[in-house]
Amino acid sequence: MSPSNGHTIEIVYLISTVLFVLALKWMSTPATARHGVWAGELGMLLAVCGTLLHHGIVDYRWIAIGLVLGTIIGVPLGRVQMTAVPQRTALSHAFGALCVTLVGTAEFYLRAPNVPPFMMAVLAMEVILGGLTLTGSLMAAGKLQEILPQRPLTYKGQNFVNLALLAVAAGLAVYLVMHPEQKLLFPAMLGISLAFGVLMIVPIGGADMPTVISLLNSYAGLSAAAMGFVLDSKLLIVAGALDGSSGFILSVIMSKAMNRSFTNVLFGAFGQVQTSGPAAAEGKTVRGATPEEAANILAAANKVVVVPGYGMAVAQAQHKVRELYDALTKRGVDVKFGIHPVAGRMPGHMNVLLAEADIPYDKLLDMDEINPEFPQTDVTLVIGANDVTNPAARNDASSPIHGMPILDVDKGRTVMVIKRGMSPGFAGIDNPLYYLDKTLMLFGDAKSFVGEIVRELGHGHAHG
Amino acid sequence: MPDLISSLYVFVLAGFIGFEVIRRISPLLHTPLMSLTNALDAIAVVGAIILAGERQSTLATVLGTLAVVAATSNLVGGFLITDRMLKMFKSSRPKKP
Repeated sequence: MSPSNGHTIEIVYLISTVLFVLALKWMSTPATARHGVWAGELGMLLAVCGTLLHHGIVDYRWIAIGLVLGTIIGVPLGRVQMTAVPQRTALSHAFGALCVTLVGTAEFYLRAPNVPPFMMAVLAMEVILGGLTLTGSLMAAGKLQEILPQRPLTYKGQNFVNLALLAVAAGLAVYLVMHPEQKLLFPAMLGISLAFGVLMIVPIGGADMPTVISLLNSYAGLSAAAMGFVLDSKLLIVAGALDGSSGFILSVIMSKAMNRSFTNVLFGAFGQVQTSGPAAAEGKTVRGATPEEAANILAAANKVVVVPGYGMAVAQAQHKVRELYDALTKRGVDVKFGIHPVAGRMPGHMNVLLAEADIPYDKLLDMDEINPEFPQTDVTLVIGANDVTNPAARNDASSPIHGMPILDVDKGRTVMVIKRGMSPGFAGIDNPLYYLDKTLMLFGDAKSFVGEIVRELGHGHAHG
Repeated sequence: MPDLISSLYVFVLAGFIGFEVIRRISPLLHTPLMSLTNALDAIAVVGAIILAGERQSTLATVLGTLAVVAATSNLVGGFLITDRMLKMFKSSRPKKP
């Protein structure tokens, strides 16, 4: 094969790299976002075709089998329900990490015992990051799919055990850098990082998933970049670095939105920070309301802000919420949605569900945009969100979530909260919002309660 | 021995580009962003393809083929779902004709 062929492949990779950067650039607004997907697809197609020209390839059978099998698995993964997107995302982190780990392992055995120190260090990083991302993501997907218990499992000395495991893996990596001929240490290192991935996710509860998924995203990217170093592929380094920084930025946004420190996130030691305080609900009373009363109040409002949370996703209430949006908009009510960064189980989860229900995206506002609007809001309607609306985060220094940025729903003139019962939220923290004089509690399933409000609004319309 | 220093340059600069580009992405699109970066990450398939096709050792061929399966499923599934999600985002403002 001539050297010019090698150059052709490199040029193709360069074009792919540019297309990947453009893909992310176009993702910045919904208007151009689909161009981003097309740019990414074109870049990928070029890169794969270019690679097939690689002079080292002598046997195309296994490649073809792999591509076909991968497509057979990938198509259904691209067609899952929108409510299943968080677990699908976790699963795809796992597949990405699996690919990287397998390639890293193969490269080690092809090269050992002649592995230069820097190469061995990058290989070890690739396999450790890949391994822990693989099992960690599978655990996260299991929890999100509710195959595994969602509640965090904690025990004494958990952080110590986890950090010790990671330290052993790092120690083995260092030893391998010095003695790459010790081939048996490689599977040991891999095994420990796989175990670490499982244990890392054990103490994580459902509400922490947005941070964890972002973090795993970042790890998956970094391990791919490490693979790029091993294979001397600039394209892979760029894609891995883009993915890594994307996951990193999202985890910073998520951890800020939960008022967690960044070291807390980096070491994966979340989940056990919030120990439940004694529920101080005794002696306080809440006011309930029927769907009819709620419908009357909503119909009389000029401006309504809906605050959705994970409860809306669980109840699959987004389509009923859309009907409510339509009914109120038809009456001239200004309806907007206020979305907390960590609402749901992954970054942007609520936006996707509401977009699926055909609610226009310019009505979906993030926390900083919607908070100044609450004082002019007649009714705030909270659907299945709890801790992100808790005023104690703002004004009660003893609260475990004190300092966490929240949606100021209590600043609306009337607050309505759709909730199954008076049980505290995920973090086990009582929410003073429910005891305010202006708060009405709408007890029931989110989907059926919103449906009843819509029906009442329809009646009112019929009577004039 | 690959040129590690120039690889490091590429890594650091790409990290900066990623940071600057992704910082500007609206929170509205964080979920499709994650599925798109996942799909782009599947570019690892190029390494897997070479491994599966070079016939260097049985182990390398087996691991390489499995890696091609894993990466391809991400590639196909990732682009499919990202496009499906983005198609759902509609504005309430009237469309241009």
